[in-house]
Amino acid sequence: MARVVVDVMLKPEILDPQGQAVQRALPRLGFDGISDVRQGKRFELEVDGPVDEAALARIHDLAESFLANTVIEDFTVKVEEVAEAAK
Amino acid sequence: MTARIGVVTFPGSLDDRDTQRAIRLAGAEPVALWHKDKNLHQVDAVVLPGGFSYGDYLRAGAISRFSPVMETVIEQAKAGLPVLGICNGFQVLTEAHLLPGGMLGNDHLHFICRDQKLRVENADTAWTADYSAGQEIHIPLKNMDGRYVADRYTLDELEAEGRVAFRYLDFNPNGSLNDIAGITNEAGNVVGLMPHPEHAVEPLIGSGRTDGLPFFTSILKKLVTA
Repeated sequence: MARVVVDVMLKPEILDPQGQAVQRALPRLGFDGISDVRQGKRFELEVDGPVDEAALARIHDLAESFLANTVIEDFTVKVEEVAEAAK
Repeated sequence: MTARIGVVTFPGSLDDRDTQRAIRLAGAEPVALWHKDKNLHQVDAVVLPGGFSYGDYLRAGAISRFSPVMETVIEQAKAGLPVLGICNGFQVLTEAHLLPGGMLGNDHLHFICRDQKLRVENADTAWTADYSAGQEIHIPLKNMDGRYVADRYTLDELEAEGRVAFRYLDFNPNGSLNDIAGITNEAGNVVGLMPHPEHAVEPLIGSGRTDGLPFFTSILKKLVTA
């Protein structure tokens, strides 16, 4: 089994007030030297069966049409191996 | 015979009943449409009402956009069916790409509820013909995700083609680019806006104004004289 991770971020030119609010809280917490924070979304898809090219293409379509709104957001798709040995 | 105007109820819609009432007050016949039903029951126009359909999960309007009723609404809107999206309905229309741009959280990160002054910029659409261009109106506004955004090219195109239908006056309540409160598609049959005209149709309630009523009389006249 494999996990496919879709990360969705607002496009760089779009204002992110939530990220700004987080960034402004940092000095109060003693974190200096962080000039910008942008907040996004992470989707973890547990895929049954092999993550081959066809499966990845379908997930790419899903991300493009549903998980992200590409008018305002960018997304990336990556495969993450799940360690089953731990069970 | 009067016009039949459908109002879609999604799980989480709030203003469907108020919208039906506004349609009735304008003299048309409201028809309740259900999100799971692809059939539009021969309505002459559709209103997507305000609320928090599907809890605004993922993005406001993102899940509603894929509901069975929207399949038919999208198909028929492209063929000329008049569609009005109010607040959450506007968000559904941008998610469905029937209107350009997108809606994001208010720039101040708070819910806002106020009587909002607007300028009618385009009185040529199916939903705004009973206004005059440049007219100033007051319409209640209440939302969390009211910030209209679009890329520079889209904004320039909207401005050049006169497709900004409503603009916030005196105060920009959510950080919308170019003070945009509502827009129309190229053909003028699809209009979306954040403020709630259905809450401004009777002198007894709200601000005491009826500045929202012309939305519903505009569409009625268009449908009856068509």
